[in-house]
Amino acid sequence: MKPVFPLLLSACILFSTARAQGAKELLQKVKAKYDRVDDYTATGKMKTNVVFIKAPVATIKVYYKKPDKLKIKNESGVSFIPKGSANVNMNNVLGLTDFEAVEGGTEKTGGIQCKVIRIFPLSDAENITRATLYIDESRLLVIRSVISTKENGTYELGMSYKNYAEWGLPDKVELSFNTRDYKLPKGVTIDYDNGTGKEKAGETKSKKGKVEISYTSYIINKGVPDSIFN
Amino acid sequence: MFTELLKIELYKIFKRPRTFIAFGAIAVIILLVQFALKVNGRDFVQFYTESQSDTFEIPYEKILNGYFVCVAVLHMILVHVPLLVALIAGDMISGEASLGTLRLLAGKPVTRTQLLLAKFAASTVYVVLLLAWMALFALLGSMLIFGTEDLVVFKETDMHIMKAGDVIWRFFAAFVFAALALTCIAAMALMFSVFSENSLGPIVATVCVVIVFTIVQQLRVPVFEETVNPWSFTTHMLGWKGFFYVEKNAEGATITGSIENPAALLRSGLILTGYILLFLGVSIRSFSKKDILS
Amino acid sequence: MNQVIRAEQLSKDFGDIKAVRDLSFSVGQGQVYGFLGQNGAGKSTTIRMLLTLVEPSSGTIEIFGMNLKKHRKEILRRTGAIIEKPDLYKYLTAKENLRIFSRLSAVKVSEKKIMDQLALVGLADRAESKVKTYSQGMKQRLGLATALIHDPELVILDEPANGLDPQGIADMRNLILHLSKELGKTLLVSSHLLGEMEMVADQLLIIHKGEKVVEGRVSELLNPEQSIVELVTPDTLGALAFLRQSGWAGTLKEPVNGAIRMEFNKQQIPELNRQLVEKGIPVLSLRPLNSLEDYFLSLTKR
Repeated sequence: MKPVFPLLLSACILFSTARAQGAKELLQKVKAKYDRVDDYTATGKMKTNVVFIKAPVATIKVYYKKPDKLKIKNESGVSFIPKGSANVNMNNVLGLTDFEAVEGGTEKTGGIQCKVIRIFPLSDAENITRATLYIDESRLLVIRSVISTKENGTYELGMSYKNYAEWGLPDKVELSFNTRDYKLPKGVTIDYDNGTGKEKAGETKSKKGKVEISYTSYIINKGVPDSIFN
Repeated sequence: MFTELLKIELYKIFKRPRTFIAFGAIAVIILLVQFALKVNGRDFVQFYTESQSDTFEIPYEKILNGYFVCVAVLHMILVHVPLLVALIAGDMISGEASLGTLRLLAGKPVTRTQLLLAKFAASTVYVVLLLAWMALFALLGSMLIFGTEDLVVFKETDMHIMKAGDVIWRFFAAFVFAALALTCIAAMALMFSVFSENSLGPIVATVCVVIVFTIVQQLRVPVFEETVNPWSFTTHMLGWKGFFYVEKNAEGATITGSIENPAALLRSGLILTGYILLFLGVSIRSFSKKDILS
Repeated sequence: MNQVIRAEQLSKDFGDIKAVRDLSFSVGQGQVYGFLGQNGAGKSTTIRMLLTLVEPSSGTIEIFGMNLKKHRKEILRRTGAIIEKPDLYKYLTAKENLRIFSRLSAVKVSEKKIMDQLALVGLADRAESKVKTYSQGMKQRLGLATALIHDPELVILDEPANGLDPQGIADMRNLILHLSKELGKTLLVSSHLLGEMEMVADQLLIIHKGEKVVEGRVSELLNPEQSIVELVTPDTLGALAFLRQSGWAGTLKEPVNGAIRMEFNKQQIPELNRQLVEKGIPVLSLRPLNSLEDYFLSLTKR
């Protein structure tokens, strides 16, 4: 029985190395697809679903430039844009160089069988501490990602692709994030009591916020001036 | 005859210098608030959004637009306008009594009810003109100075964002509601005025009632919350703010043109109207039976 | 003569205080009706009842033959009044005040009429001045102008001479006579200035503590059959002793300021004088009190 354990161990290591290798290869393939986009300007609609914000659907423009510049602008109105929205572009994760990747099996996400890849950046300088990507292997598209950051907490992204799938650009992104409580000191706003506050007090408030962006069009690789990102 | 009486009452109101003090005071206060927000508006917005600045990009400059400034001005100023209304309405009968002209008026071929209603109508016209003046400075002025954008209204536990195109009608409705609320104050001051023979008493009494009920409302003591506050007119006077609270759909997006719980606003409007009728009823009854000895 | 005012059994209580008690009187057309009484006698309360400022506790009032309660508007339209001191809108000019009060009487008057009215009371040159710059006398005159601006048939003036200087009082007297004798208006004038009343009133009502004391024509009141006669002597005690023992005992009244007062037909004065002299009682003065003031005092001190 003695030689069995080291053998099992080395088999495991071999297997896991192979799995890590497979994960990185898959990431490389996905990155290669996404890398075809140098920049884009997208137009879309943004819905905010945060328990303490009542916002209209906003018409937005999203500007992206390689490697990691991303800006969401509400051109004609006021929106509270979550700080983690910079992560709606996958290059933040796919652009990592010094990291470990592990396969986490397969899981059905959004009706699609996906490969789960867990990514652990090795450099302390990275804002991302951990990321999990759910990849549609056949189309080389990231369907879902869960990204933990040092500064802005954990973000969850769900993406669906249609017209711009060949570029790895989603038609719809759902960004979920943690929110903090919103409460102003008593007597500051002197609200009109229309009875709605009392109903809310009974509810268990969700601490998760959600932003949904539906893109209507992309202009890809036509150049975006740096000034936009300032 | 009623129109003639109303004209006479308005003529008297607008021939008195004290009437214009209110208009001047409002213009000065609004300009001061606008200046302060022009200089230090970002801090003001920051105060409301501080807890969220880690999670969200806050568009401070866009939030600080003319509509937002107008709501801020109304929030600050409408609390004090009852005093200005009381200054005029509280003087309506008692002022004439102390001046000695009430006995001349009451000895003329007009009924006391007509006289009182004309005085009430004149107070209402004064309230409407005061609000129109306020709208001119607070809304048009702020729009000119700060421009227009979507309106963000900060409540104690949530914030409401309205599209810029969905705002003007809300201001109009809010001003109409504020007129109703201030007319209620005018009716109360007029009622006190019937019982007094000096101007100061009714003015002070009106302001004291408003202060007491406002404090009771702010204390949020459960026993008051259940008994006094639902019927206190100061609770319902804040109804103008209700036009800036929007409803959202299942997906969390605001519905353009919507009001959060319009039934509550309707109820508030009806309660205020009820108070106006009550105050007027008491005033007419007392004034008609009153022996004029001044 | 048509009756312009007819008050029947008028009473007014303010709580426990009975301001007016069972007062009945009538004012004929074209008369200057004097309403006499001391301060607090109930004159103003009665006038306020006539103008519907005060609701009578009981009694009825008819003016121009109509019930005041039922035809209030019609009656007040034909009535002009100043009540006590005429306070006007101090922040308005004389013209503006007149315009307001004419409109309140449902009459639109021309600028000319306003100026004529101001000229009548001698204020034409101050038409554009704010009332707050007026003296008390000017205010009184302007008050009269506001009472007359709508050309009323009945003019009620409560203490019109209050605050006026002697010239002002004389002007007011002339104006009252002008309104009555030349313009044919009916006037009810209340006053405590008896001398003035004597000069202008045709008919008098004397009221004391809310009650009617006497009502009648001035000429009758001043020549009563029974007169109050005042006797002044250095020997008051001796005089009193004699009078009490003689046939004069029943005529004795309460003495006033050390003077003996008696009530009898003034034709008997020479006889009394003769008897006093006979008894060796020196007489400094023995005279009938026949001015209205004397009469008034004698009545109200009863």
